[in-house]
Amino acid sequence: MAEYAANGETPEVLFWVGCAGSFDQRAQKITRAFTQILDKVGIKFAILGKEEMCTGDPARRAGNEFLFQMMAYNNIATLNGYGIKKVVTICPHCFNIFKNEYPALGGNYEVMHHTTFLQQLINDGKVKLKDGGAFKGKKITYHDSCYLGRGNGIYEAPREVLQAFDTELIEMKRCRSNGMCCGAGGAQMFKEEEPGATRINFERAEQALETGATIIAANCPFCTTMLTDGVKNKEKEDSVKVMDIAEMVAMSI
Amino acid sequence: MHLVQQILFIILAVTAIYLFSKKVIEMRRNILLGRDEDLNDNKGQRWKNMVLLALGQKKMFKRPTPAILHLFVYAGFIIINVEILEIFLDGALGMHRLFAPMLGGLYAFLIGFFEILAALVLIGCVIFLIRRNITKVKRLTMKELDGWPRNDANLILVTEVILMSLFLIMNTADQALQGQVGAEHYSTTDPFWITAHFKNIFSGLSVPALIAIERVCWWLHIIGVFAFLNYLPYSKHFHILLAFPNAYYSKLMPQGEMKNMPVIQNEVLYMMEPDKAPPTPTEPAEHKNFGAKDVTDLSWKNLLDAYSCTECGRCTSVCPANMTGKKLSPRKIMMDTRDRLEEVGNNINTNKEFKPDGKQLINDYITVEELRACTSCQACVEECPVMIDPLSIIIQLRRSLVMDDSNAPQEWNLMFGNIENNMAPWKFSSDDRDAWVNG
Repeated sequence: MAEYAANGETPEVLFWVGCAGSFDQRAQKITRAFTQILDKVGIKFAILGKEEMCTGDPARRAGNEFLFQMMAYNNIATLNGYGIKKVVTICPHCFNIFKNEYPALGGNYEVMHHTTFLQQLINDGKVKLKDGGAFKGKKITYHDSCYLGRGNGIYEAPREVLQAFDTELIEMKRCRSNGMCCGAGGAQMFKEEEPGATRINFERAEQALETGATIIAANCPFCTTMLTDGVKNKEKEDSVKVMDIAEMVAMSI
Repeated sequence: MHLVQQILFIILAVTAIYLFSKKVIEMRRNILLGRDEDLNDNKGQRWKNMVLLALGQKKMFKRPTPAILHLFVYAGFIIINVEILEIFLDGALGMHRLFAPMLGGLYAFLIGFFEILAALVLIGCVIFLIRRNITKVKRLTMKELDGWPRNDANLILVTEVILMSLFLIMNTADQALQGQVGAEHYSTTDPFWITAHFKNIFSGLSVPALIAIERVCWWLHIIGVFAFLNYLPYSKHFHILLAFPNAYYSKLMPQGEMKNMPVIQNEVLYMMEPDKAPPTPTEPAEHKNFGAKDVTDLSWKNLLDAYSCTECGRCTSVCPANMTGKKLSPRKIMMDTRDRLEEVGNNINTNKEFKPDGKQLINDYITVEELRACTSCQACVEECPVMIDPLSIIIQLRRSLVMDDSNAPQEWNLMFGNIENNMAPWKFSSDDRDAWVNG
């Protein structure tokens, strides 16, 4: 972004990569897949790079409001400093913070989750999926992340993207507003689960495997990690893949 | 004789209404012990929520079987209250079936309709009893319901079965009495839809015996109604009233959004931009906890939620933590909040003002382990038919743990430290944030 600013240019959209997308090796693949699509379509986008910071989501949900407010203050100062209007992100937690929680603190942006963004690109004909691509005839199930689904009521856009593939979409028993959490939210990602009978991600992965799908589509880097672990726990990692919708699109253009 | 009955009835009615009002005023006082929160915006949407969710029971229909049974009981309860109006006026004025001569043929139609509803309520309650006690639906038989909550649920259902039975027996006796010599004040109506078919079961009985049956049922029914009215505020069944305000005042923002804490927002602002801080340090406000330790730190809406909960357990049945054997149960969060609030209320009743009792909501009612298990997935919030928000309470208690008590698991402290120092929850250098480009 600093480069755009130095040249006096404005990007069409700021891509908010998020911590997982920046540092987690698995999630980096989602980041690269999404930027490949953006490059292919020819969208002028920027990233904040080293200036990007955690939105503060895990701190806020763990109860550390003070740390959240510090992160929010700094991020909003950076974004407003560059005059950012439009943000796209590959993480529903970042999306929720931008859409719902930064406005009260002076950060007002048009924000899109990457699945909605991809759906619009497909609908506008800017992204054309190859006929009989990598997913032709495969059974796919889709996992609603809590913060995209229940949190913000976005259930259809990711499904529309999946329907653009020539595949069979099989819903899990618990889907849409009744979808079950992967176990990562509320800062659980960063700590061991409390004692219990099983792990939440094991339970959710089992529900996904019950559909008989060979691909579990996700929209959140944390869900992707959790479900991948859950699939491994059932020793199904050779036959069943957990993929972000952006990775699936990138493979098919 | 009539006069004695009339006087007894009026004493009974006045006492029942007085005691009920007293308890309701006390509950209102308890709810207002909560933090102030302005929820009067967007009235149009709020009325719509109340009509759709409370009156229309929109969310109940996600689970059709209990929804239909509940609709029987609910519709019966509301509509039969019209008949209670007649019973009340009869009692107060010393009349019998006051509306019968006025309404003519319509009267038997209405009573017939009420009888059908009463029968449906009866069937609904019997099936509910079976679900709780014989088929043992999981969410209705969990451990947190042991003791009083389970008895409360059964007592409500049994009371409704008894009340409806009394109503139907009373009408049957009335049908048998009509037109008989010695029962002239039992005005003649068209046959009631259900009880007219059963009046022969009383065929061998004398007129005084029938009158006795009719009167005893009438009295037991109305005594039961008044007793039930006064039982409501002590029971989970109070949801029949509070569902309405609770739906009205429910959260209008997206479910994913957490409420801001302006106090801390300003604290950070003054730290970053000291020139924006108020020039003269204002008098240090009375210490308020960050987040909530006890019910009085919660918002009044959280407390209204607690009184509105009917312990149906839909929230707990979808909670990912609970499903996988963790201690957290959103229903228990609401039950604990109500129990603690009642305790604080009783403390105020006894001591005129709250006398510290060395207890609080955290630890004494809700354990840290329960709070730590929440993934903030909002499934409980989505599921609640009367728009209770257990997550809001969980988050406020977490805030207090972390900010007031510095009580966080070691892994979270590391995460906080990483965010503060590396701008990410993991221990990576912020210089590497764009390293994925080279991957």
